[in-house]
Amino acid sequence: MILLWIALLPLLGVVVPALLGQRDRVLSTRITAIAPALALLLTFSQVPALLDGETLRFSVGWMPELGLDLALRLDGLTLLFNLLILGIGLLILLYAHFYLSPEEPFDRFYAYLMLFMASMVGIAMSDNLILLWLFWELTSISSFLLIGYWSHQSDARKGARMALTVTGAGGLALLAGLLLLGDMVGSFDMNVVLASQDVILADPRYPLMLVLVLLGAFTKSAQFPFQFWLPHAMAAPTPVSAYLHSATMVKAGIFLMARLHPAIAGSELWSVIVSLTGTITLLYGAWFALFKTDLKGILAFSTVSHLGLITVLLGIGSPMAVLAALFHILNHATFKAALFMSAGIIDHETGTRELKMLGGLKKTMPVTALLTTLAAAAMAGVPLFNGFISKEMFFTETLATPVLGGLSWLLPVLATLGGILSVAYSLRLVHAVFFKPARKTPPKSPHEPPHLMRLPVEILVGLCVVVGLLPGLMASGVLSLAAQAVLGEPLEFHLSIWHGFNLPLLMSLAALAFGILMYWRHPDLRQLTQPFASVDARRVFERTIINMNQKADWLINKIEGHSLQRYMGLLLLSALVMGVIGLAPIAPLTGKLGNQPVDAIVLLGAAMLIFGGIATAATHRYRLISLLMLSVVGLFVALTFARFSAPDLALTQLSVEVVTMILLMLALFFLPQQTPRESSPLRNVRDILLASALGLVIASLNYAVLTTDTSSISDYFLANSKPGGGGYNVVNVILVDFRGFDTLGEITVLALAGLAIFKLLNRLRLFLPHSDGEGRVWSPDRYPAILTSISMALLPLALLVSAFIFLRGHNMPGGGFIAGLVTAVALILVYMARGVEWAQERLDFPFQPVAIAGVAIATLTGLGSWVFGYPFLTSTFAYFTLPLVGTFELASAMLFDLGVYLAVVGATLMILANLGKVTTAHRPTLEPSETEPEASSPDKETR
Amino acid sequence: MELLYAITTGVLTACGLYLTLRGRTFPVVVGLTLLSYAVNLFLFSMGGLTTDGAALVNQQQGAIADPLPQALVLTAIVIGFAMTAFVVILAMRARSEAGNDHVDGKKEDRE
Repeated sequence: MILLWIALLPLLGVVVPALLGQRDRVLSTRITAIAPALALLLTFSQVPALLDGETLRFSVGWMPELGLDLALRLDGLTLLFNLLILGIGLLILLYAHFYLSPEEPFDRFYAYLMLFMASMVGIAMSDNLILLWLFWELTSISSFLLIGYWSHQSDARKGARMALTVTGAGGLALLAGLLLLGDMVGSFDMNVVLASQDVILADPRYPLMLVLVLLGAFTKSAQFPFQFWLPHAMAAPTPVSAYLHSATMVKAGIFLMARLHPAIAGSELWSVIVSLTGTITLLYGAWFALFKTDLKGILAFSTVSHLGLITVLLGIGSPMAVLAALFHILNHATFKAALFMSAGIIDHETGTRELKMLGGLKKTMPVTALLTTLAAAAMAGVPLFNGFISKEMFFTETLATPVLGGLSWLLPVLATLGGILSVAYSLRLVHAVFFKPARKTPPKSPHEPPHLMRLPVEILVGLCVVVGLLPGLMASGVLSLAAQAVLGEPLEFHLSIWHGFNLPLLMSLAALAFGILMYWRHPDLRQLTQPFASVDARRVFERTIINMNQKADWLINKIEGHSLQRYMGLLLLSALVMGVIGLAPIAPLTGKLGNQPVDAIVLLGAAMLIFGGIATAATHRYRLISLLMLSVVGLFVALTFARFSAPDLALTQLSVEVVTMILLMLALFFLPQQTPRESSPLRNVRDILLASALGLVIASLNYAVLTTDTSSISDYFLANSKPGGGGYNVVNVILVDFRGFDTLGEITVLALAGLAIFKLLNRLRLFLPHSDGEGRVWSPDRYPAILTSISMALLPLALLVSAFIFLRGHNMPGGGFIAGLVTAVALILVYMARGVEWAQERLDFPFQPVAIAGVAIATLTGLGSWVFGYPFLTSTFAYFTLPLVGTFELASAMLFDLGVYLAVVGATLMILANLGKVTTAHRPTLEPSETEPEASSPDKETR
Repeated sequence: MELLYAITTGVLTACGLYLTLRGRTFPVVVGLTLLSYAVNLFLFSMGGLTTDGAALVNQQQGAIADPLPQALVLTAIVIGFAMTAFVVILAMRARSEAGNDHVDGKKEDRE
């Protein structure tokens, strides 16, 4: 439970500054600091248990079926990182308190900072791969917010975007890698994963998984070739840089490699990739740090370089190398955070970070000068500082390792070169800022900062010195715990300053000597590199992004264009290609079942369907005829359903057919009666070929299915229809009971379509032709007498039939859908026969509420089962006996079906009655001689 | 019978697709309707073709048709109607806004 609190406290801390607002910064800083301070204390309280050799774990199921648990752990590695994250986080909070100018919204800054802290603690404590990834992404997002905090600056926005793009892309790769890893092991539980090295290394997917995971780690930890985002993230406020680039964000990738070390390291592939990448990064960063003129730029590139150093050590992977890596993580965090904060103080007090503008600050800022010099000495690896010890260990390991085979001698040489560069840039940083006489006056007159602002730097520099002097006392404890967590077994070691005269010491001394020499000859070096001015990474990045956008635009234009016809054609073509590719390997498309014999009626039906289909397509330019042909197809489809034992479908199809035809007729009234001949013959042939090919695919697929013996889940429905659903008509029981949720969705869509049409018809201005396509005027007899009388006689009868169909639906063909359609058809007939005005007077209510009420009733019926403690849409039924009528059944499904009925009636009438309303008001029915001049042309618009 | 059924579905699909590739709205709507007939027939046949075997469990002794595709197709028919209605009204609206009934809303001098 304590583990949960450690993880949760920083997260709770996010709301604190947000709630406190901007009123009192001192109060806000103090209260915000409580949560991480408590979390730090709680972490310390667990140390005794860790010393007993335990790994503390805590787990609550979150989405167990996905393998995702809210699982936390606290081992030595977590302890090390928690100390860094929370400890330095607290110092940063104090520093930011003074750094941010009074008018800046510090509450927002604190909230982002706490969010970032919480996600980092989450990464360190995750005991589940997916959970780890979740926090990983959260750091990407919160660092985006932090880097872009000064959102009015274009640099900040661009830098934040770049960091998010690079680390976000890496995060995706990492997700893929972790999913693969979990799949190999069969669990996302960290303990299982860490214990399964043999399984993982033996898996053929290991190289792919390794590359993906490393992509995630390298992008986050700014390893070559992804290092370019880090220097641009320096547009962030300095507290952010100090935090993200010393102890946290960039260490997340390192942490991941250390965490998964027991599981995925130990192969040659790992050693080569990781140590080579690390070496390149080490040298690349150090080299560019030497030539930057921006204080934070120098620190950024030196961070890249030191991350490379740690990566090399993890790549080497021997127990002592891992120990050295962990030690350097700790050391780098302390001196780099101190240096960033000093740079921020200099920037804050002088108004510039440009080396060219600075100089001679030791007179005006003596304490800061001393602190910075000490921290820089630690960075350079000067003896008696913490950086020296871990760097010596690094040199020792490069000498001992065989990772690069025959080229292994290269590694110590390159390491020494890195050491030389590191000394040179550290020296340059300190000398140019504090000791070299100033050439220009900085924008502000410099002076020492408030003491509390300097306090974090003092603490960190103090740590650098104390650890450097007494490494065994200060660092051995936490390091042995962390090393045990990574290596899986206790490691015997002894940290000391003096190892005697040996090769590593020689390398250190050489680095110091040549480093000083290199700085002395710095102007010459600069001259030498001038022609090779480095490319601005941001330009390249942005050009790439713009390029990709343009390519995407071009592609969209090519594919989608502004032509629906071409789009549709391409869609069908790709469907055809995909279908053929998928079907081709299945050699025999004929299954085992034979054909049933064909009788004359079936033959006639098929002939009519084929004729109707082809005729619809062939006559499409004469729209009315085409529509009539379509109705032939619809009718025969209904008959097909009836022939093959689907009475419900036949009834539905028949009534829908009526409604559809009325609808299309009405619509045709407002559209041109004929289609102009537009398509070229070539296009026609192409379309016919494409459509026929797809028809062939569908036909063969259909034939394949029809002749294959398949098993279906329907046996369950057939068996349980009566006992479970209380009805004999299985189709209806499926609709209102077994799959009631689908039906609810479908009537919702129906009602929505009705509403959308209602809105589309709103204020629609239409062309009202006064004659048909051939110039014949409409019949003056608007409401034919025969139709009127028949429709009136039919109405009560039809309503009775629909009630009957509705009631018997549970046991016989029928139900809400069909009954609703029958009612709608009967009402529409009245509309047609008598006109909208007449019908409106007598049926004076809007249909929108009917449709909505239908959906509501169905939903409430479903919710009703919750009241009785059953899942949504559980149905129940009982039998009642009424005198005279006899026993009948009342099921909750009936109520649901009533909802369906109302939704269908409402939606259908909403569509048709509203469309009808548009026609009638100004329909020209006059003789041609009496036609008003405006209406003389068929396409004239009337308002 | 199965072969005949499959051929019919194929022909209806082809005709419907051909119409959806036309350049004017009304044939496209008709084509979509035709296509939805074909699709419904196709889905319906997933349960096999049964003669005289309506899925009424109190009346049938012999082979019973698969009720599941029927239930799915039943709702598909109704939704299909709603979608046809929506598309055709959209076509009307497009004509009223754009002044012609080309699917891209372009002037008639195209192609």
